[in-house]
Amino acid sequence: MADYMNIFTQLQVASPPHAGPPIPNKEFRAGRPFLSKLIGWFGNAQVGPVYLGTLGVFSLICGFIAFEIIGLNMWASVNWSLSEFIRQLPWLALEPPAPSNGLAFPKLNEGGWWLMAGFFLTLAIILWWVRTYRRARAHGMGTHVAWAFAAAIWLYLVLGFFRPLLMGSWGEAVPFGIFPHLDWTAALSIRYGNLFYNPFHALSIVFLYGSTLLFAMHGATVLALSHLGGEREVGQIVDRGTAAERGALFWRWTMGFNATFESIHRWAWWFAVLCPLTGGIGILLTGTAVDNWYLWAVKHDFAPSYAAAYQVLPDPATLPENSKFEVKP
Amino acid sequence: MSPFLKASGVFVALLLTSGVVLAFERTSSFQMGHPGVGMDLVQTNKELEAKVQANKVPAALPAASSDGQLAVDAYKNVQVLGHLSSGDFTRLMTAITTWVAPEQGCAYCHAPVKDANGNPEKDEDGYIIADTNNLHSDELYAKRVARRMLQMTMQINGEWQPHVKATGVTCYTCHRGNPVPQYIWFNGTPVEGRPMIGSNGSQNGPSLKVGLASLPSDSFETYLRGDATANIRVISKSALPDEANVATVKSTEQTYGLMMHMSTSLGVNCTYCHNSRSMAEWSTSPPTRNTAWYGIRMVRELNREYLEPLHDTYPANRLGPTGDAPKANCTTCHQGAFKPLLGVSMLKDYQVLAAAKTQPAKTPPPEPAPEGAPAPEGAPAPEGAAPPAPATP
Repeated sequence: MADYMNIFTQLQVASPPHAGPPIPNKEFRAGRPFLSKLIGWFGNAQVGPVYLGTLGVFSLICGFIAFEIIGLNMWASVNWSLSEFIRQLPWLALEPPAPSNGLAFPKLNEGGWWLMAGFFLTLAIILWWVRTYRRARAHGMGTHVAWAFAAAIWLYLVLGFFRPLLMGSWGEAVPFGIFPHLDWTAALSIRYGNLFYNPFHALSIVFLYGSTLLFAMHGATVLALSHLGGEREVGQIVDRGTAAERGALFWRWTMGFNATFESIHRWAWWFAVLCPLTGGIGILLTGTAVDNWYLWAVKHDFAPSYAAAYQVLPDPATLPENSKFEVKP
Repeated sequence: MSPFLKASGVFVALLLTSGVVLAFERTSSFQMGHPGVGMDLVQTNKELEAKVQANKVPAALPAASSDGQLAVDAYKNVQVLGHLSSGDFTRLMTAITTWVAPEQGCAYCHAPVKDANGNPEKDEDGYIIADTNNLHSDELYAKRVARRMLQMTMQINGEWQPHVKATGVTCYTCHRGNPVPQYIWFNGTPVEGRPMIGSNGSQNGPSLKVGLASLPSDSFETYLRGDATANIRVISKSALPDEANVATVKSTEQTYGLMMHMSTSLGVNCTYCHNSRSMAEWSTSPPTRNTAWYGIRMVRELNREYLEPLHDTYPANRLGPTGDAPKANCTTCHQGAFKPLLGVSMLKDYQVLAAAKTQPAKTPPPEPAPEGAPAPEGAPAPEGAAPPAPATP
């Protein structure tokens, strides 16, 4: 098994393609399975068949509607010019309604399309979630994947649905667009006094970076133990062999503590799930419970103070001689 | 694996790594705040070199005599610079020619020599020749605009020291040898013909006005136009929501768009003016933020009092797509440098532009004119008013 110790795939297991277990609605299982050497370097060499089912088909239809609404609005915003659509694509967006619109259903071109796209995208995602739950049950699996997916859906719904509802305005929600959603993120942080000082945002980042660290540690450990049977992780949970023992010893001697072949998967799952769970809480509190995270952090001795290293001047707007500049909207 | 293959692998890896490392441009960084908090300005050396090249200051003309006859007596129709000695006056006129119309010369502003048909005469290079006997004429719009621009320059140097400090500005700060400054702006054109689909809310296109971000590109109209009333401040002054702050994420994006303009205009990042841990907090901000605060108010005043009212003076080809007068923003002077012309003061060599002065009355002729003699020709109406007087149309 030393072939697995390389960091790139060297060994592919080939077997006759199989269609999977018998299912009641055969029409949903599409495509003749085939083997691909190229794909085998990245995953399983067998491609297909695909099983969509009723939920999958409806999810894709809803997702397609949302994709079309977003894409056609973007294309229309460059006057249906194909070359401009391609050139400006990273900048284009479908914007939510103006804040003055509140939670009403606006005119189509003033955020109505955005609301419709959001509705169909949400429907597509929820249908796909039910599908992951039902496929897991049908295969006699646990539903861990579905609940991890639900954690991500929670963050999505907080950003586009729950928080705008609490703030009383769809205008607080995220635009659909590549750069626009990033600029929106930066603007949200600026408006609410720097999300860096939001402790739930901090937790979310810990779990995000922690996930990548755990993934790297675990993947590396199992590959490094593969010549000793380390890839048989689950078997070694209950029947600990030399692979599990050596991996445990390596980490215990490296950092004084080690997970087990079982608990490392719980670490990874919880880190991944807690990233959007805590992040969603942080976003939900922003603007509803806390309006300026920096000042909140100062109030709770969470933001350290340090010398300015330059001359600090008063806010010029507070100087009497500057009252002439006051702008009255 | 053979030793040769291994050695080749190591060699290729080293080559690729050094290729990646060398691909990065050399940079210079300047620490501006407390150590370790990222209050740094990082620029590539190439950018810095380009800035030095782009911001060379022309040599000052030799000083002229400050004594002698006043310009108001030596020339006709001198409304703003009448208090200068005629030596200082002609020196400034020469300087303005090199700053603003180096190719076109005096005739860019001053009325031309005309042939029998009334057409302007040209020299051998094809440039129109100014009529030295008719320098007082306000025939050309450029002269009427130039007079107002002199008043504006004096207003900036005299009244806006919180922004321009002692460095001050001259015509060259904006013009750089161009009759029309390179960096001016006009109102955006309203989007037409998409009533049903594709509204982009004046944002989400690659606009240079906001440093190519997808932020709203109408920040100049919103914050810098003379009639601007929008509040730039969007961040709450209290930790918890208190209804005092009605700013939304969308209005924050507009402020953000203005800040992107300032950042690209000055060739700096956010931390040049803000301690980015709190964009709002003045007690942690560098003093440059105060300078910028006055700059925003200055630009508003210049647009409101000087540039927008020139609308009727300009010919149609100088107006924007919606028929508005050209306006100023941060780039008009800064042009990518944190201080225009990298902080070199041209004003110190042209102190005549330092402030507006009350205009002296024309000295009356020594002898009362004998009865029946014709009145002196071309005597202008007495100009006593100090700027800002409305432009003579």
